[in-house]
Amino acid sequence: MSASATHNERLIAVIATYLEGVRHVAVGASSPIPAAAAMLVRARAAAANAPEVKLSILGSVKHNFFTNGSAELFDCAAQGRIDAFFLGGGQIDGHGNINLVGVGEYPNTKVRWPGSFGSAYLYFQVPRVILFREEHTPRVLVDQVDFISAPGTSAPDVVRSGGPVALVTGRAVFDFDKERAGFTLKSWHPGEDADTIRAQTGFTYETDATAATTADPDAATLELLRGRVADELSETYPKFAARLRDEIATPDGPKA
Amino acid sequence: MAGSGAVMMSVIVSLEALVSRIRSGDRLAVPVDYAGVSMAATPHIIAQGIDGLRLVCVPTGGMQVDMLIAAGLVTSVETSAISLGEAGGAPSFARAVKNGDITIMDATCPAIHAGLMAAQKGVPFLPMRGLIGTDVLANRKDWGMVDNPFAEGDRMVAIPAIHPDRALFHAGLADRHGNVWIGRRRELAAMAYASKETLVTVERIVDEDLLADEKTAAGVLPSLYVDAVAHAPGGAWPYACWGEYGTDVGALSRYGAAAGAGGDALTPWLSGAEWTNRAEGAAS
Repeated sequence: MSASATHNERLIAVIATYLEGVRHVAVGASSPIPAAAAMLVRARAAAANAPEVKLSILGSVKHNFFTNGSAELFDCAAQGRIDAFFLGGGQIDGHGNINLVGVGEYPNTKVRWPGSFGSAYLYFQVPRVILFREEHTPRVLVDQVDFISAPGTSAPDVVRSGGPVALVTGRAVFDFDKERAGFTLKSWHPGEDADTIRAQTGFTYETDATAATTADPDAATLELLRGRVADELSETYPKFAARLRDEIATPDGPKA
Repeated sequence: MAGSGAVMMSVIVSLEALVSRIRSGDRLAVPVDYAGVSMAATPHIIAQGIDGLRLVCVPTGGMQVDMLIAAGLVTSVETSAISLGEAGGAPSFARAVKNGDITIMDATCPAIHAGLMAAQKGVPFLPMRGLIGTDVLANRKDWGMVDNPFAEGDRMVAIPAIHPDRALFHAGLADRHGNVWIGRRRELAAMAYASKETLVTVERIVDEDLLADEKTAAGVLPSLYVDAVAHAPGGAWPYACWGEYGTDVGALSRYGAAAGAGGDALTPWLSGAEWTNRAEGAAS
């Protein structure tokens, strides 16, 4: 087993840094990396005898508290009982607007994605929304989305308790500045630098003075990831959990 | 007495008879892929040529919606998303949207729930947070805005009640009275409350009264809300039936490839041959 972190482990660990202090995290369907980050935070809290972190992972039977159908996630968010959630997007723009609907002129978009899901609600309601998208290219990170499934910020007269706090991609990590309605580059993953990120990002952003290579997870984090978290993840995401284990065995293999 | 023409009408009917209660032009509510989709009913809807369907996905849709679109039976889809989940996008849906063959009414999950809840309460709309500033709202001319009467300067989106003509889903268990056990899948109850008629396919029909046992009663959709039940073992396949069997991602992927290719590749799915072949395979 390799002592150094794999690409996916680094993503999981960096997402987890945005979940510190949460009581309840919800994870949408088909989101193995965010689910693993939430499980990591729960495992850390348990190891430190800190208050329990609750997870509601959609698609999981074991890691899921909901008994009131698919409406409960949204009701739970409305009651302020969900501290963090994850959203992605076929397009994400520099103001934190996300597009889950399609490319081209609506409604007859030339490329059609599944749809907005709960984003048009949860982006407003959940205090910490972490945007996660593995693909970091100018076609995903655009200057302006073609369709606003959910806006990054709202006018002051709109009741809104939530919104984006960060954007994590396969290349970099950005913080979201609500006042400026824009992103700040915080770090880039190994193999990238400030210039490659600039070239692959279709929107303008600021760069933090301390921006550097994304820190590797420490040994204790890797131990949790490769033990308890991998075991828990297998229930909902057996294929992804197996892939994580394969990647640890061959850390220099191609990125997923 | 299983026929629709019987004098003594039972709530337990054949799958064909259950499907025949759906009418052309119906507003038809169907559940999210993990909640119990009556996939077994789909080829029968196609065989009976029930067209002009206005689908309401609660709150998202998948293979069933894609099949009905591929068969040309769908006029409009109100949904928060359509996909085949792990098996990727829904090809017939994407094609129909691009070509303008269907009217797409993009929503967000809690708006669908709010519309059904308004119908459940018998009120014309429910107010909802979020949505302001989205293109989802901008494209829903049937939605409105409402001022909070109890506070200054607090506008919310008003989601009109959704009144489906028919709700169609699959569950594990029903009794002979038409009580259906839905467990924690409460969106199925929400669909039934809001709909004029509710049609349910089930894995098993049991002799005992599901309302008689306090342990099962709370998870039961009472027969008051159920109009027809048909025995259809494996009826959610390739989707999961909660507590019974999991999703067959391989079959979903095969469907996805067929739908992507279109034309003849889809015939075994739209004709129902995939279901009959599977049943014969299981019997031999």
